[in-house]
Order: sequence, then structure tokens, then C-alpha cells
Amino acid sequence: MKLPIYLDYHATTPVDPRVLEVMLPYFTQQFGNAASRNHAFGWGAEEAVENARKQVADLIGASAKEVIFTSGATESNNLAIKGVAEMYREKGNHVVTCVTEHKAVIDTCKKLEKQGARVTYLPVQKDGRISLDDLRDAITEKTILITIMTANNEIGVLQPIAEIGAIAKEKGILFHTDAVQAVGKIPVNVNELKVDLLSLSAHKMYGPKGAGALYVRRRNPRVLLSEQISGGGHERGMRSGTLNVPGIVGLGKAAELCRNEMAVEGERLRGLRDYLNEQLHRSLDELYVNGSMEHRLPHNLNVSFAYVEGESLLMGINDVAVSSGSACTSASLEPSYVLKALGAGDDLAHSSIRFGLGRFTTKEEVDYVVQKLTSVVRRLREMSPLYEMVKEGVDLSKMQWVTH
Amino acid sequence: MAYSNKVIDHYENPRNVGSLPKDDVNVGTGLVGAPECGDVMKLQVKVNPETGVIDDAKFKTFGCGSAIASSSLATEWLKGKTVDQALAIKNTDIVAELSLPPVKIHCSVLAEDAIKAAIADYKAKQDKDKGVSATAGHEQPSA
Repeated sequence: MKLPIYLDYHATTPVDPRVLEVMLPYFTQQFGNAASRNHAFGWGAEEAVENARKQVADLIGASAKEVIFTSGATESNNLAIKGVAEMYREKGNHVVTCVTEHKAVIDTCKKLEKQGARVTYLPVQKDGRISLDDLRDAITEKTILITIMTANNEIGVLQPIAEIGAIAKEKGILFHTDAVQAVGKIPVNVNELKVDLLSLSAHKMYGPKGAGALYVRRRNPRVLLSEQISGGGHERGMRSGTLNVPGIVGLGKAAELCRNEMAVEGERLRGLRDYLNEQLHRSLDELYVNGSMEHRLPHNLNVSFAYVEGESLLMGINDVAVSSGSACTSASLEPSYVLKALGAGDDLAHSSIRFGLGRFTTKEEVDYVVQKLTSVVRRLREMSPLYEMVKEGVDLSKMQWVTH
Repeated sequence: MAYSNKVIDHYENPRNVGSLPKDDVNVGTGLVGAPECGDVMKLQVKVNPETGVIDDAKFKTFGCGSAIASSSLATEWLKGKTVDQALAIKNTDIVAELSLPPVKIHCSVLAEDAIKAAIADYKAKQDKDKGVSATAGHEQPSA
């Protein structure tokens, strides 16, 4: 077993060697511009791009023409949300989203608000999912877009996408989903889910950084977008700029591998994740899993270790790469807004660890992480005034804390 | 974030972790911070009634590595000091000793607050002890 151990697959994934292999010729030999229509270099590049477009489309049940290549999911989210808001301005100015969305969606919506749009941020229930009643209540005649993520990047919770898609369809509102954490990990089919726009990224599914795509529905309804990057009219005029051919080739191959291996890999990771969860609960008390276990990505676990602060926990397991919702690990000094939205209390947000398992995670690694975490949590609890007070029978919620 | 070697040393080998009997009239307890802010420090001093010198100090901290290191260092510094010398410890001394980056300065502020709270508690108990009641009863700043 090699150290350090990587259990942060929600942040990014390594490029699968099989992906890298198919990318390499497109840097040096087949370096053509896919928009060059009059020579073999261009034709070769275009063929590679169109092949990748088909591979991505097949992964999500779309047709190739509905796939627009971008630089990644942040750009895809921006293009979908701003593109719809601008294009359908005459029809309405109201967007419905959710408080636990990724910043690429939240901040894009905030920008629209500054420009005069109205945005509803739906709350989530204790399990991390939105209420469909809340969604129905939020919709007005001016609503032009619903944007709700498929799977959350911190807690891995799956939103009821098919149900949201049905409501959107019934009301004639466009539906965008940021599916960056879900695509390639669980089955996602744009027609079954009635999704009109979908964002995905290569580097979350063993492809390279800097390549992503936006699915844009072409039929029932035909979705139009106002382009956000103007220029040579690439990608059906929705996203100009010379295509990142090696990146796109890598995205395509990554999509193909995920499609072929998802079923087996998903079950393997679900087994490992459940094993991780069981082993942690076996060796430690006062653990709280954040978000629904039922509606969750198979490779995600997010746990709060009560009475222990997350950053000090990460410091003790410095040969294991995971993330924490602790304020100290964020630039803003605020604990995770996703965990806060679950309503479990800020103290549990400070104590949380996100585990993201992936293609190259082994049982041996999980065993090591459990053993290491157990000893660090025990050590830090011995050092924790909160743990001591609870053991003495003090109710922490009734304390008058001297804040600073 | 990269930690200084001194922070890592205090995190891995914290000095004076533990608790002193909080009802002892010669023990002062400071409890500062809040769980929802991500840090809580409990710092205790035991003062020798003959000499007025702190001859023991203990801490327990819920917080990041820098908070643990700040309180660990504080207990080290407190031992052997008089109560007045203890009150002269400044958060900036802790920042300098541990090379804390700007985002961690609040950890040192919390440690200074904990020292002041512990001394204040000790003084209140002494006054009460010398006053009407002779019992060493003491109430935590709690509930």
C-alpha cells in the first residue's frame, strides 16, 4: 500500500491510464484544429471530436448533436443558467434553485439577481433533499428555469431529479441539472429524467482537467441559449473557441469507460463505502452521517465526529487526503454551507469529514484509514473540553458560550 | 495550509493536557469560545497560596491545530509565573512564538482570553473565600 492515500474523489480524480493513452497523439501528431475544413489535420481532429461527442452522448442517453463541449462544469453551469436567462428574458425572469448547490450555480444565480432576475433558493430537508411541494409552491408564471443538482459534492445526496423533471415538463419550464458528481458514477439518462440541460466534467470521471460538456436538448423542447463566449461560432454558436481536442478525446474515452464499468465499479465502491461506515461506527461512538444514506452516491460518505474539530482531525491523518466542512479548512472561515443547510448545527459542520472513494481505492486503504482515524479521534476527544463536559452530563446546547 | 514546526510539535505532543479539580479554591478555570465557532478552550491554573505563583496549569481544547498549540503553549508559559505576570501574556507573544499566519490569530486571542478568564475565576474564588463564606464553593460560568 502506497501513502498518502487519496480519498477525495469528489474534488478530482486521476486520469485513467487508458484515457491518457488515447489523448497523447492529439498533442503532437494529430494536433489539427477541428475547425480547419480544408486539410487532413483538421479532418482528423474533427473526427476525433465527433467520436468523443458520441461517447459522451451515449453515457447520458442523448444524441451527439445535443452535446456542447466546454472547459468544465463551471463553464457549463454558467452557460446554461445565464444563457437561458438571457434567451428567455421576454418569457420571464424567475429561476428556482437550491441552497446546497455548488458555488458555480449559486454565484451565477446571484449574478443574475444583480441584473434584475428573481431567484428562489429552496431549502433542503434534514436528509439533504428538496421538498417537491416547496418546488411547486416556488414556481410562478415568470419562472423560466429550474436548476437543481443531481448529486451534492459534499454529502453525495441525490435529488429527486425524475420528479423535478416531471414537474418542470408539466409546467413548461426548462430544467437544468449540475450532474458533475453523478455522471459516470450512477446511471443518468436525460430522457428518463426529463432534463433539458445537464452539466458534466471530465476530471470528475477519470478524464483530464479543463474539459467538460453541456447537454442542450434539441427536441421537445428545442432549447436555445444565448452564447456567453462569442467568436467563431463553434459548437452550434453556443460556445466559440478552438476546441481542446486532446481534452475532448480524453473526456470521450473517460465517458466510454464509465459507461462500460459503472455497474461493477458502483457496486464495488458501495460495498467499500458501507464497509468504511460500519467499521467507523464499530470503533467509535457519537458519529453522525450527514445526509440521506438511501439517496446517495455509492462512493460518498460524510461523517461528523462529534466533539472533535475537523481541521485538527485532518492534521492527525496527514497521510490521508480527505476534506472537512470545518471553517478552518475554508478560505472564508465559515463552516460548510451545505452542512449548515441540513440544520444539524454548526458544531457538527466543524466536525465533518468527507470521504470520496474511487476507481483506485482498495479495502486495504479503507482499513488503514479506519485504524488511523480511530486513534486520532480518540486522542483528540481526550483533549476535548466538550467531550469531557458531555461525559460529566453537561448539556452543551444549554451552555452560555463566551463567543469571541 | 502549512503549519510551523512548533505548531506541529504542540499538536503531536501537547503539554499539560488534562483537568484540575475545579472546586479547589486555589484553582481558576477559564472556558472560552463556542462549539458553533469551531473552537472551545478550557484552561486551568493552580496557584500556590503561600507564594502566589502558578505551579500547575492544564488545558483541553476543541479546535484546529493552531488552537491546540496556542493553549498548550499558554500552559507551558503559565507555570512558574505569578498571577500578575500571567496577565501580562499577550496574544501577540503566542503568534510570534508559533509563527501563526493571519487567519490563525484568533486562536492566540482565544488563548489570551482563556488565561484572563482562568485568573479572573481564581481571583473571584479567593475574594469569596476571604469574604462571607468560608466554603470553597464555585460556580462554572455555565448553564
